Amino acid sequence: MTRSKPGPAPAPALPEPFAGWFAARGWRPHAHQLALVEADREGRSALLIAPTGGGKTLAGFLPSLVALAERPREGLHTLYISPLKALAVDIHRNLEIPVAEMGLAIDAETRTGDTKQSKRQRQRRRPPHILLTTPESLALLLSYADAPAIFRNLRRVVVDELHALTGIKRGDLLALGLARLQRLAPHCRRVGLSATVADEQALLDWISPTGRANDDEVRLVRGRSGAKAEIAILATGAYLPWSGHMALHAIEEVHAAIAGARTALVFVNTRAQAELVFNALWRINEANLPIALHHGSLAPEQRRKVEAAMARGALRAVVATSSLDLGVDWAAVDLVIQVGAPKGASRLIQRIGRSNHRLDEPSRALLVPANRFEVLECRAAVEAIRENELDGDPPRPGGLDVLAQHILGMACEAPFAAEALYAEVTSAAPYRALPRADFDAVLDYVATGGYALRSYERWHRIVPNEDGLYRAASPTVVRRYRMNVGTIVQEPMLRVRLGRGRVLGEVEEYFIQGLLPGDTFIFAGELLRFEGIRDMAAVVSRAKGSGEPKVPAYAGGRLPLTTQLARRVRSLLAEPGRWRSLPGPVREWLEMQRRRSSLPEGDGMLVECFPRNKKEFLVAYSFEGRNAHQTLGMLLTRRMERAGLRPLGFVASDYVIAVWSLRPVRDIDALFDEDMLGDDLEAWMDESSMLKRSFRNVAIIAGLIERHHPGETKTGKQVTFSSDLIYDVLRKHEPSHILLRATRADAASGLTDVGRLAQMLRRIKGRIRVRRLSRVSPLALPAMLDIGKTAVYGQAIDELMDEAATALIEEATAEEPAPELPL
Amino acid sequence: MSAPLLATGAAFRLNGASVVALAPGALWWPARALLAIADLHLEKGSEFAARGRLLPPYDSDETLRLVATLVEELGPARVICLGDSFHDRKASDRLPRAISERIAGLASGRDWIWIAGNHDPAPPESWGGRVAAEFAEGPLRFRHEAALEARPAGEISGHYHPKAGISWRGRRVVGRCFVEDGRRLVLPAFGAYAGGLDARDAAIAGLFPDGYRVHILGRQKLHSFPASAL
Repeated sequence: MTRSKPGPAPAPALPEPFAGWFAARGWRPHAHQLALVEADREGRSALLIAPTGGGKTLAGFLPSLVALAERPREGLHTLYISPLKALAVDIHRNLEIPVAEMGLAIDAETRTGDTKQSKRQRQRRRPPHILLTTPESLALLLSYADAPAIFRNLRRVVVDELHALTGIKRGDLLALGLARLQRLAPHCRRVGLSATVADEQALLDWISPTGRANDDEVRLVRGRSGAKAEIAILATGAYLPWSGHMALHAIEEVHAAIAGARTALVFVNTRAQAELVFNALWRINEANLPIALHHGSLAPEQRRKVEAAMARGALRAVVATSSLDLGVDWAAVDLVIQVGAPKGASRLIQRIGRSNHRLDEPSRALLVPANRFEVLECRAAVEAIRENELDGDPPRPGGLDVLAQHILGMACEAPFAAEALYAEVTSAAPYRALPRADFDAVLDYVATGGYALRSYERWHRIVPNEDGLYRAASPTVVRRYRMNVGTIVQEPMLRVRLGRGRVLGEVEEYFIQGLLPGDTFIFAGELLRFEGIRDMAAVVSRAKGSGEPKVPAYAGGRLPLTTQLARRVRSLLAEPGRWRSLPGPVREWLEMQRRRSSLPEGDGMLVECFPRNKKEFLVAYSFEGRNAHQTLGMLLTRRMERAGLRPLGFVASDYVIAVWSLRPVRDIDALFDEDMLGDDLEAWMDESSMLKRSFRNVAIIAGLIERHHPGETKTGKQVTFSSDLIYDVLRKHEPSHILLRATRADAASGLTDVGRLAQMLRRIKGRIRVRRLSRVSPLALPAMLDIGKTAVYGQAIDELMDEAATALIEEATAEEPAPELPL
Repeated sequence: MSAPLLATGAAFRLNGASVVALAPGALWWPARALLAIADLHLEKGSEFAARGRLLPPYDSDETLRLVATLVEELGPARVICLGDSFHDRKASDRLPRAISERIAGLASGRDWIWIAGNHDPAPPESWGGRVAAEFAEGPLRFRHEAALEARPAGEISGHYHPKAGISWRGRRVVGRCFVEDGRRLVLPAFGAYAGGLDARDAAIAGLFPDGYRVHILGRQKLHSFPASAL
């Protein structure tokens, strides 16, 4: 079942016409493809873990095709779910080939947000044998009263790219939808298709119909692993920067690598970086190689055009963000270039897997670190991949906001009993440990808002009928649910329009608000001049290349360094014997650090203290990722403030946290004591903008505020309320409200990363090594260069505005000396 | 008690009168012991609830608590609510009795003036106070919405819910704000759920052809900026 080499076909061979079809193509079925057919015949679910290029998708469909060929029948047999709309469409195309060539009477259709209304209605009346769709479209289908009829005879659900769906809210929503499907069709079997992951058990649990894989219902099938990838780290001839993340110093080498490949995918970490790298490549692209740009803010038509050109083989390279992490295979891609640090081994493997889909040939990848620390990170990632150590967060409980949305959806379908729905929900892995009290609190929220002050009795969204079953209170409630289904929440965006013409894409509203008419910025690969906001769009014109453009800054998109990779970076630093593989400048840098200070040790933490410009600096080498470091910075400065040390600011990178103050810290151990995670944390979290951002997401997903409202059009003049106002009032009057609990849970694992911080504080207790230096150390230099360049996080509105006002005064008075006072 | 409140405010002259914009978003005219607040939007939460959006039902309570704090600390002889005190025409019916009694308590013993806005009806008489379309005192004139055609000198209004933001060090912070040019003043909305319109929007900026200053509400104090800094 696992890792069998292609040899004589195993016993349970495929029936005709399948065996003949494979033979006619000169193929032999993969062992994992046969194993899935077998599992299906035994009525068991399955999890297939295989690298790209292993015929994974065909393996997912083969059992359905075999079953439908042997026992033709009407009605929906198989549901295929993909995280990407575009992927569902492409897979559909690929599926039609074997169906047509074998002359099977099987119809397969897609259903996404783009499917025509008439077709969608017909699909509900007369569903195809195989339906390809997305988690959101499934949630919608399940909210219709005819869901039981549609799904009654469903036999299989195939979830593609399962690794990309677990651990996030979209996956929570899908897990709840699958739990409902299982009730509608008890004999339905599930198949998960996944890339290799660190935690197979979590995926087994997730795909299991009971939420617990030890029930022996799920068979684990591993595909043959392909040839090891060939990963090189760019040994740049040019100067290696101390700080920064754009890697523009290596742009000529990146261009040369593109020129030397057939087709290259150039991955970067943020949309801003994509714009800059794309622009820099074109500036030196004298050979006019067709190089395109792809990221999530570009207009969808633009992205589809790039994808189509890629599929035709018309491009030599695409500069892309995670917008291309998933997707159909492009056979022509023979090189993946990762510009900037990979941040995690699993993510890097996923990206590298986008090149060369023949199993027996290695994928080729080139890593381009943007600074010295990133060199270490790249080296650590290459070693992790070589040793097959993947990373990933442990499974987290499903979001209560997602549960709220699901409960409302279920009430739209048919009246439900709380008891039965609770049992169903807890059969989904993310919710298997959900206490009944939490379920009831969410149910109460959906019904009445869940406030201690019961003043909304008249306006319930769901109400119990005479049998105690909950139903949607009105058709409006149902309509509103359907308009707002899904868990993807965007920052408020503005369209970017070229004059009166074409829409180039969307950027975050707050970025546009920071622009004055006449300011220039780079977007969609062009230098644009901001003209003003009209009709809810940012109107721009093409600009001539002068002045300093601002580049769209986007919230999010910056993943923190994973725990596993951080540990590898620490151990690489601690063992000089392994530095041979590092470029000369990096080696010299570390050697100098060893002479002038100390090297950070494996599991302890190095702290350096030194004076500079009449300020006292403290640099801690904690390696816990940017999010945890920002939280740490806030907590350290609060504590220093109380101790009278007069802290002035901090910067947080993925690797270190640097704090500066007027007075030096004496007791470092006390400063980093675990008890900082008590009252200070609570107090800060509640005030922080990160919690407000988390609350906005939670409030939208839970339906407290809606993205779309029937019969309301948003105009520029209309004054809407912001989620911040609701957050402030709720926090003050009902701090234990279920949505605030959901918000804190989100922030603790995401933006503030408190869990990771807590682990670190425990790990370093009694193992902090303090070096008091007379000047900045080599390793501290990158952080020092970041001061003043990076955003200051966590500051309250007052401090930030004070700073801005002071700077404004300084600017206004700097040019000419202040006039003598007339005294 | 009033020292911190006044100390964290922004004092300026409006058509010759010395006034203080207060950090909670109210205007104080010390010489006449006059307090002005705009756009309370009481019962906005329940108005949304009636349409299926179950916002936390604490907005009226929160708003009035703030008004009560100001009245206690400053002891005004006259309070002017600049209109849109209620979110909609039925808001006063939905207002919990405890809250309407609190309003009556605040209004008694001082001259309380409800300027009529575009959202609200006249409040029930039991609440006390008097209703007016406009009110003038000394060099200042109080109305709900700035009158474009009128002489701007000394005009104080609400209606637009101005807000303004500053981009600094890669972050943008936004708050409700006062907008003024020494002649005309637009107050920020006072209601807990009242949203905002960017002061740079033509609807607001157009009221100040010669430029304006904003006083942005922070958590603890006001922050003053010229329009050019926004």
